[in-house]
Amino acid sequence: MLIKKRRPSDVLPSEITPESIYRDRRRFLKTSALAAAGTILAPDFVTAKPMEALESLDGLADSAFSTDETLTGYEEITTYNNFYEFGTGKEDPSSLAPKRLEHRPWTITISGEADNTGEFEIDDFLSGLTLEERIYRLRCVEAWSMVIPWAGVSLASVIKRAAPTSKAKYVRFDTLYDPQVMPAQAARGFSFLASIDWPYREGLRMDEAVHPLSFLATGLYGKEMPSQNGAPIRLVVPWKYGFKSIKSIVRIHFQETQPETTWAQLAPSEYGFYANVNPEVNHPRWSQAEERRIGELFKRDTLMFNGYADEVAPLYAGMDLRAQY
Amino acid sequence: MLTWLPTLRVGLFILCAVPAGLLIERLLTGGLGANPVEALLHGTGSWGLRLLLVTLAITPLRHLTGANWLVRLRRQVGLWAFAYASAHFSIFIVFEHRAVLSSIVEDIIDRPYILIGTSAFLLLLPLAITSTKGWIRRLGRRWQQLHWLIYPAAVLGVLHFFMLIRANRWTEPLIYAAILALLLGFRALRRWRVV
Repeated sequence: MLIKKRRPSDVLPSEITPESIYRDRRRFLKTSALAAAGTILAPDFVTAKPMEALESLDGLADSAFSTDETLTGYEEITTYNNFYEFGTGKEDPSSLAPKRLEHRPWTITISGEADNTGEFEIDDFLSGLTLEERIYRLRCVEAWSMVIPWAGVSLASVIKRAAPTSKAKYVRFDTLYDPQVMPAQAARGFSFLASIDWPYREGLRMDEAVHPLSFLATGLYGKEMPSQNGAPIRLVVPWKYGFKSIKSIVRIHFQETQPETTWAQLAPSEYGFYANVNPEVNHPRWSQAEERRIGELFKRDTLMFNGYADEVAPLYAGMDLRAQY
Repeated sequence: MLTWLPTLRVGLFILCAVPAGLLIERLLTGGLGANPVEALLHGTGSWGLRLLLVTLAITPLRHLTGANWLVRLRRQVGLWAFAYASAHFSIFIVFEHRAVLSSIVEDIIDRPYILIGTSAFLLLLPLAITSTKGWIRRLGRRWQQLHWLIYPAAVLGVLHFFMLIRANRWTEPLIYAAILALLLGFRALRRWRVV
């Protein structure tokens, strides 16, 4: 009987490179070289969170606050965006943000006049909170509007957990500041983008913030939030112009005085701190009486507080909304 | 005899129709994005202004090159500018205001850039009407005087563009203003016999 004794120099079948891989070696070399060059030269080469990678969010609770109006299409919602961190064009955010904005890890800092301050990893920050779907109207200060099925948690539930002190009269939100990710934050010179005091900041009065309509969204259309819509977490205040609904939040700060907010700082005669949707108070350069619902040809009338007057008008009782726009 | 002039005119016609064709093609294929009305409004407005500047460039170009036949293309370019401006104004009337007169009037009163844009368009209107051979003959010397209105129309058009700029995107209107200044400056220098 012949017993084949393996010598140490013999090649095991498992060690033999399959022909297909052997033949593929040039492609392998090419792609790895490209990938290496890509990482060094252009961070765009690495796709941070492509649209296809957005996962479904299951078990969303329904909300009594949802409207039954026709939804604006997913395509429109995710390609017609104002997110100046990625450029002032409507299509800049959808072309750049999915390539550049990483959704995890993501840390949210709670600071200021609250008992439970600190840095929280986003999944810990959200754990235990009810994830709901809220179909809200969104009215941009530029006189267009959409109907968007958001997914997320009520802002009040987050604020309750933070346990603000009696000194907390306002809450301020900051967007991520990372010029490597958000090219406009690196703008220099005389450009408009360079004149913005980054990061983008927004704020609410405490009674507005804890109003049941105020919402922190982490997704839309039953899926994770696309980067261009303010992933991984953004504010949604449906009775105010869209610019109040700050995107990609990294800080929630409780304070005693009214916060300086980005647009009110840039053009105080055009954008106020309150920014409530109001068809009777026009923007200095254009009318706010009507709006174009994206997907519709003709304009429609803008509603007081964007149609949420029954819910929020009492917040502003006795205030002159012409002076406090 | 410029036997090639009719061919050139047809070529020019096709060239000037290209932006309109592209806008329509993108409208039908969804290429105008989420807000097609806005894209059409901006597209037609920009092309009206650009072709108005091309119209104004023809005379200086003729003086500089001695190619006198250029003037025979001027009416067509001018009418194309008017066509784009008309489309721009019509979209504004119909889709921004549902063709409601009171709403349009209110907008003109409330917003200076609408007033200025409307004025620019109204100045172009008599120029387009009197662009026919018959009107040129009938008006004689006064035709030249009337068509001087293209200068204020162009100035108001560029001003209109400047006033509606958001987020300080000044580059495009600044380019138009620079070209217009160059074209008007050339005429001034010629009048004072510098050039």
